[in-house]
Amino acid sequence: MTELCDLTGDELSTKLRAGEITAVALAESALARREAVDDRVGAFLTPTPEVALERAAELDTYLATGAPQTGVAGIPLALKDVLTTKGIRTTCGSKILETYVPPYDATAWTRLSGAGSVLIGKTNCDEFAMGSSNENSAYGPVHNPWDLDTVPGGSSGGSAAAVAAGMAVWALGTDTGGSVRQPASLTGVVGLKPTYGRISRYGLIAFASSLDTVGTFTRSVRDAATLLGVMAGKDRRDATSLDADVPDFTRGLDDGAAGLRVGVLAEAFGEGVEPDVATSVRAGVDRLASLGAEVGEATLPHAEYALSAYYLIAPSEASSNLARYDGVRYGLRVDGDDSIEMMFRTRGAGFGPEVKRRIMLGTYALSAGYYEAYYGQAQKVRTLILQDYAAAFERFDVLVSPTSPSTAFPIGAKADDPMAMYLNDIFTIPANLGGVPAISVPCGLDGAGLPIGLQLTAKALDESTMFRAAAALESDLDLELRPPLLAAA
Amino acid sequence: MPVEIDIDHVAKLARVELTDDEKARMRDQLAVILEHAAKVGEVAADDVVPTASPIPQVNVFREDGPEPSLSHDAAIANAPAAADERFLVPKIAETGS
Repeated sequence: MTELCDLTGDELSTKLRAGEITAVALAESALARREAVDDRVGAFLTPTPEVALERAAELDTYLATGAPQTGVAGIPLALKDVLTTKGIRTTCGSKILETYVPPYDATAWTRLSGAGSVLIGKTNCDEFAMGSSNENSAYGPVHNPWDLDTVPGGSSGGSAAAVAAGMAVWALGTDTGGSVRQPASLTGVVGLKPTYGRISRYGLIAFASSLDTVGTFTRSVRDAATLLGVMAGKDRRDATSLDADVPDFTRGLDDGAAGLRVGVLAEAFGEGVEPDVATSVRAGVDRLASLGAEVGEATLPHAEYALSAYYLIAPSEASSNLARYDGVRYGLRVDGDDSIEMMFRTRGAGFGPEVKRRIMLGTYALSAGYYEAYYGQAQKVRTLILQDYAAAFERFDVLVSPTSPSTAFPIGAKADDPMAMYLNDIFTIPANLGGVPAISVPCGLDGAGLPIGLQLTAKALDESTMFRAAAALESDLDLELRPPLLAAA
Repeated sequence: MPVEIDIDHVAKLARVELTDDEKARMRDQLAVILEHAAKVGEVAADDVVPTASPIPQVNVFREDGPEPSLSHDAAIANAPAAADERFLVPKIAETGS
């Protein structure tokens, strides 16, 4: 049965405004859903029911006065556990931060909270956002609500599963190489990675600073646009946040696809892409064409080098960022005879295998004698990819590809093969290297009934055009997406 | 061509204690990953300038005024060990004789 927690943020906001429902009833609906299913899904690391109910009650009092209301007021939100929350444990899915309670809020959360957002809990993720299956969490995997034996994708797997299963109406994740879009694709929800710098990274516990972005999981394109509008804009606490105009991203969502120039990335339908995925995404492109979009073939000639560049740049930045976990100021400490030994032991015990692998990889790539051959060359590839995007966006407004080459795969299937796991991100990584916005929209189900995502990419700061194309497709497909887990409930 | 890595040296640089099993597994896995990563050398010609940030910004200034900061208590609240409002660590140098 469809309950309040299964509706979109937009629908719920309208009901709240009309006085048809209360924020408390809505929070209770999401909390009840978590009670009912999360022992099987494992989406939450730290649920915050008391915080949610208290906040919701305050909002009901406020809303009863008839005061103006934002589009996020009263709507239950989950936060990936790499975004800091003052006074609420933030683990990054790592043993090394198991007891860490931040003294400050991430700016993205500060802005949502200020607009009346209701925090429902902190979600599971791959350790320090490193992974594509959520199997790298120190607190256990997340199970995909569409098939509990499969992964929800990663690294923001908990946030994706929470939204897919109605445990939150929407959620924030972070996207460094696809960590919002890929899990959104695998769980049948909308996943947004905005332009690099659109949303402040303050309080996003750093993985790879030149690639990290805050992103959203929602059940509609409109909801993604609403959340982005609240969070976007310059933040003095993040020097890389952009001082660009923040339009009303919900305007023009219903303008349709007529006249949009849509470039299909030919190279994204080749070897390694599951046939059902390719077929479904191509059908999505055909829908856009039937709506009046001008469809042509596009190419990013250097995209084939993006994965290689990414797996040098991201670990290099990570090896530097994660140097802060030294057992001195916060987090785990394993004692040693002196401070250096304490540091070795703390990091050896506190980090999981994938994090160690990336720290080692990055340290190697930055070490004397190898820097130019690896990190230096990878940065040049980044330039080539930026040039590819510039050329493509002269001809097209948006680019289309599958979000992920596959649908959800079984838990454990790729756990022992890092290279196979990294290939999950082959279509999402270029947008991070290029800093451009991208969104994954559900476009169908495969033969096994698992969701498929279509990725749209636009030029930097042109989220509006991307949302317009995404909304046109979403509206035309009009998919009924409800995981079997809920049908059985 | 498989990449030979001095795992002990890199682990020392990274300040990470690894077991022998971890070292062996990591040596094999990093070799495979680096072989793939080395593809970047195929296209990164000398005349291509490197990019550090996709949307570069230079000289980002803000007002340099006083503002509230964390209290001592809040700053050390997460410390594994603290004393006298300071972080407590094992010795960092030999005591002189």
